[in-house]
Amino acid sequence: MVSDIKVSIKNLYKIFGPNPESVLGEAKAGMSKADLLEQHGHVLGLKDVNIDIQARGIQVIMGLSGSGKSTLIRHINRLIEPTAGEIIIDGQDVLAMSDEELLNFRRFKASMVFQKFGLLPHRTVQDNAAYGLTIQGMDKDEAIEKSSYWVKRVGLAGFENHYPAQLSGGMQQRVGLARALATDAEILLMDEAFSALDPLIRTDMQDVLLDLQEELHKTIIFITHDLDEALRIGDDIAILRDGAVIQQGSPQEIVLNPADDYVRDFIKDINRARVLEVSSVMDSKKPRSGVKVDKEMVIEEALQIATANDYKPLIVTEEGKAVGSVQFDAMISAIARPEKDAERNPEYR
Amino acid sequence: MDFFDEFPSLGRGPLRDIKKAIDASFKGFSREYGEALEAFFYPLLKFMVWFEKLLIATPWPIILLIIGALAWVGSRNIKLVVGSVLAFGVIGFFGMWEDTMATMAIISVATIVCIGVGIPFGILMARSDRIQSIITPVLDVMQTIPSFVYLIPVVMLLGIGKVPGLLAVCIYAIPPIVRLTNLGIRLVDADVMEAATAFGANYKQRLWGVQVPLALPNIFAGVNQTIMMALAMVVIASMIGVKGLGVPVLRAISNQYLALGLMNGLAIVALAIIFDRVSQQYGKRLQKHREGGHGV
Ligand SMILES: Nc1ncnc2c1ncn2[C@@H]1O[C@H](COP(=O)(O)OP(=O)(O)OP(=O)(O)O)[C@@H](O)[C@H]1O
Ligand SMILES: [Mg+2]
Repeated sequence: MVSDIKVSIKNLYKIFGPNPESVLGEAKAGMSKADLLEQHGHVLGLKDVNIDIQARGIQVIMGLSGSGKSTLIRHINRLIEPTAGEIIIDGQDVLAMSDEELLNFRRFKASMVFQKFGLLPHRTVQDNAAYGLTIQGMDKDEAIEKSSYWVKRVGLAGFENHYPAQLSGGMQQRVGLARALATDAEILLMDEAFSALDPLIRTDMQDVLLDLQEELHKTIIFITHDLDEALRIGDDIAILRDGAVIQQGSPQEIVLNPADDYVRDFIKDINRARVLEVSSVMDSKKPRSGVKVDKEMVIEEALQIATANDYKPLIVTEEGKAVGSVQFDAMISAIARPEKDAERNPEYR
Repeated sequence: MDFFDEFPSLGRGPLRDIKKAIDASFKGFSREYGEALEAFFYPLLKFMVWFEKLLIATPWPIILLIIGALAWVGSRNIKLVVGSVLAFGVIGFFGMWEDTMATMAIISVATIVCIGVGIPFGILMARSDRIQSIITPVLDVMQTIPSFVYLIPVVMLLGIGKVPGLLAVCIYAIPPIVRLTNLGIRLVDADVMEAATAFGANYKQRLWGVQVPLALPNIFAGVNQTIMMALAMVVIASMIGVKGLGVPVLRAISNQYLALGLMNGLAIVALAIIFDRVSQQYGKRLQKHREGGHGV
């Protein structure tokens, strides 16, 4: 994928309280969230956040409750004004936009899906899905015609005339997704969009999203506090703690090299076989015979293949060319949970 | 020790002067602007006269039909329709038809005026906390000040008649609709408002597309309250020249006609119950979309 940066967040600070500017200096000097609250009565929402978000990928932002995820995503469409910093989207400074430009940015360029759905209870599924288009100024019939495609795409055909209260949570969020997709915005902001759904429905919705993304290639910023979800859908993951980004990288990088105990604690229960790729455990030997696997294959799949082939080493290929091999034992030890995880004490919770 | 025995008050002389000065300046004001105000309210007066005449001149069966139809449209409840028509039938049978029509006329106009003025003020109030903190005490005064007290300046300004009566009714009846419009808008789910904002809705789109429709049940409760309070003012309004069921009640008070007072009083009660039930049912119907057990 050609990497170009769609959204660039630079030195972003957000402080909640009566007079944020007055304590910005302290925050910039590195005062902790707890101290800032105790000594100055201000809440440090975001602290020196720097994230470059690739176009056409899924950027996950992860963190525990209160770590500032919602605050961060709301800066991107300026539902929240920062205390300091920059947000550049397609070379344009979001903070410099006039009211008119901001309205148009929200109408055409970035749409949003919410944890609590945020549907209009007095409008039908159809009208809710068409909401963004009517706000754009599109004529009602046209808006409904256009959005009905998305209603079908998210699997709600036949429910057009239902009211949100008549739908299950999963179906309501499908409406939320259809509403966001209908505006054709290039950027999709999703704030814990699937967190309110039960696990099976959540996996369903992730599939819906991934399928759509296959063909739509939007720039998706996806907030979650669930690592499995993050690993499953994220191309890149940024981890927030107390308003600061403590690690950013691909799922594999984060699992292999957790930046600190906070991250380590996050990843301790995940299924490593499903995240780690063969490339992380391969050696440079090139056996003459063996079954070929791509270096980006996850270990879980490679193990299947190795098992079916008498546990012999597999040949690792990159774009069809052999680049090394992977041993059965190496794969097994890679997916075992690292020793020290067991005794650590997550005192920061 | 004189100081503690008698409250240190302004002497009689200065007090009288103050009162005189206030009276004089208000009289001056009403002399100056009374006519202009009357001219301003003239179209309203004409409308009220026309509407009252219309109600009285329309043959009673047609009115009964209209009442039945309105009750049906509002409540979709056949019992209420039958009850309303029956109540009006009894009222007419006991010779109170014309007075009832006159009362209906002033209540209708007062309600329309209150809605027309009250809802915009409620919207304004919901827009900022400062405006709310200014309007709230004014509403408190309007609701608690004895009506006789504001009858005085109203009569001084506009004399006796339909318009001052209407004003008196409105002053008393408008607060609930303003309050409940404000409340209804403020109670709109913040998540829904945020979603609207995130999709680029401007103030107008948020107001008319989200806030007002979602506040409608509350606004409607305000309309209901307003109608009830307007009915409660019928007797007092008749003291300053408004025709209707209040007039015989007044006559009954001064002459100790128990039966007359009772009958007309009960007619007012009947009107109140009909208006209340029908409008409540309508308000409930406005909330239909909230049905379905998933709690939005
Ligand atoms: N309007 C506000 N006023 C004061 N503090 C706020 C405000 N909004 C958020 N905060 C604080 O900012 C911090 C980050 O909040 P935020 O809602 O962004 O967390 P989150 O990561 O989205 O959490 P969750 O997973 O619970 O949604 C919290 O400490 C919160 O208390
Ligand atoms: Mg949140």
